[in-house]
Amino acid sequence: MASYALQRLLLIVPTFIGITLIGFLIMRLAPGDPAELRAAGGLAGAGGAGVSIDKQVSVDEAVAQWRNQYGLDRPLQVQYAIWLKNLVTLDFGESFKDNQPVWGKIAERLPVTIKLNILSILVVYLVAIPLGVYSATHTRTLGDQVTTITAFILFAVPTVWAATMALVFICGGDFFYLFPPGGLSSIDYRPDWPFWRKIKDQAWHLFLPVVLLSYGGFAGLSRYMRASMLEVLGQDYVQVARAKGLLERVVIMKHVVRNSLIPLVTMLASLLPALIGGSVIIETIFSIPGLGQLGYESVRARDYPTVMALYSVSAVLTLIGILLSDLLLSVVDPRIAFGRRQA
Amino acid sequence: MNPTRSERSDAVAGEDSAAHASGGAGLWSSVWRQFRRNRIALIGYWVVLFLALVALGADFLANDRPLYLHYRGNTHFPILRGYLVGMGLAQWPADLLNVDYKKLEGATAIFPPVPYRQTNIDLFAPLEPPSTKHWFGTDKLGRDVMAGMIHGSRISLSIGFVAVGIAVVIGVVLGAFAGYFGSWVDIVISRLFEIMISIPTFFLLITVAALFRPSIFMTMVIIGLTSWVGIARFTRSEFLRIRNLDYVTAAISIGVSNRKVMFQHILPNALAPVIVSVVLGIAGAILVESSLSFLGIGVPAELVTWGSILNEASGATFAWWLAVFPGFAIFITVLSYYLVGEGLREVLDPRLRGLR
Repeated sequence: MASYALQRLLLIVPTFIGITLIGFLIMRLAPGDPAELRAAGGLAGAGGAGVSIDKQVSVDEAVAQWRNQYGLDRPLQVQYAIWLKNLVTLDFGESFKDNQPVWGKIAERLPVTIKLNILSILVVYLVAIPLGVYSATHTRTLGDQVTTITAFILFAVPTVWAATMALVFICGGDFFYLFPPGGLSSIDYRPDWPFWRKIKDQAWHLFLPVVLLSYGGFAGLSRYMRASMLEVLGQDYVQVARAKGLLERVVIMKHVVRNSLIPLVTMLASLLPALIGGSVIIETIFSIPGLGQLGYESVRARDYPTVMALYSVSAVLTLIGILLSDLLLSVVDPRIAFGRRQA
Repeated sequence: MNPTRSERSDAVAGEDSAAHASGGAGLWSSVWRQFRRNRIALIGYWVVLFLALVALGADFLANDRPLYLHYRGNTHFPILRGYLVGMGLAQWPADLLNVDYKKLEGATAIFPPVPYRQTNIDLFAPLEPPSTKHWFGTDKLGRDVMAGMIHGSRISLSIGFVAVGIAVVIGVVLGAFAGYFGSWVDIVISRLFEIMISIPTFFLLITVAALFRPSIFMTMVIIGLTSWVGIARFTRSEFLRIRNLDYVTAAISIGVSNRKVMFQHILPNALAPVIVSVVLGIAGAILVESSLSFLGIGVPAELVTWGSILNEASGATFAWWLAVFPGFAIFITVLSYYLVGEGLREVLDPRLRGLR
């Protein structure tokens, strides 16, 4: 197990290099280098579109200095090495917007996004698995049809629409005020609140974002679970288990469900990028101070180092998720040999 | 593998491309026969067609020019003439140059069902709720929401189609190479797949969008460049399977070139699962486009899209019509592409039969 984990960990390195290489190439392909972008960002920040000639000279000087500082005057492969080295040491440079170190900004917001995503993953699996089991054990009943159709429709509902509808209709628009329109805690939040009150306040604020982040996931996964259950149910050993007189409940819970979980565990790998993308939308709409919102604000402000840092951090998060799903897979299915991932 | 199918493509292989087309038609007409039996998928198909027609005829459905105009003894068809003028083939008559058609005196005019264009700003009627004048209300600049949605369907559909077109080209070529050549080519390309699925695509999209100037074309390209992996994996596994069939071995042994074997002999038989992921991919691209334009990233700010109308609702939460209608349009579009895709999957992939 430990050596398998280590091998998986080593295999992540080339993937990680590939991802960062793509990020780096985009950076180089984009019009203007970081130094120029920084100058442009600074000018936009100062609100000055018209730059006088003497200022233009000092801008040019600054650009040349930054170019030297970032190593942009060196060969491309050296630049990539520097970029990678900075990445590994978590040195993402300083934000163009407020000159704060980018890593500090990210570290501040990382816990929020991780909390949101872990809660959403839990909800996805806790809803999808029972739904799939129910659907598969009640095929061709009304209940199965309703679940299947609902899941299909839910899967097609765009997150932006669901979130906007929630904002307009149940978050204190002109209709109902069931949930807060945004943020992570109430305005009158005080640190000396009793524990249960803090939990209640958190739950009230997190409920909608988590539901909105996870409904597409559990709608999709419940269909996978159902298909996977049906496939396992058709196998001989299930019939044997039934024939030797095991209770149906035991057959389903002990023999079928465990084997049906295998494809679902691999789905975690594709769920994570979707969740990270979804949190950009949800965090922006509900003004939750997480990485997604930071990403959105940085894109709007063309705060380039922050955007690139967020890209790298979310790539790392995704890779960790894939690693976890691979390790989980070997727990769920001991037959899985190293290096063989099902297509 | 159905033996008649491989035999047919074998027989067709030596003939000209016309024979190819008729050979394909046999398969596709039987697919259509089976697809038609699935009533829900058929509804999806009609909605998809309807949306395509709306996008094509947007100018005739929502326009501030009349379809037909009788004015000062002359008969005009201003919308049609607008096309000709746009192509430089005709000019506006002097009495119709820069006029407000709704205020022409003594004119008989037949306007399109929505007599506004998505760009008609009316600052005296901002954020009006739905009425007989504006069926779906107006936005904060007083632009008609329904006109915006009709013309926005063009943006959504064209981004969906072009992005998936790009993805198909990349995916099919890479998948074909990986599946056909195997060995190190397969290893390198499969590694690339793994990188692509580990990339937080949406974050890559907004990163690229942050660096380049927003345009529809750029949005198409970046969505296409990030969404080919599914298609490539399907193509690869089909090529892996078909490559070992007798007819391919026969073709290679008589010296048919690799390129011909791959794209003329194997590809037609490998298309079925690819087509399913193409249809689902269009839905995916439309979803991504609406999210991007909702965030105001990628698509120029002055364009009215389904996502951009939806975005206005989050700033004016009393204006429920800005949330309900454009979002429903995205939902129905995505849903009907999903329905068509699922219907096709059932017909084209017999392994799935009985699972649903």
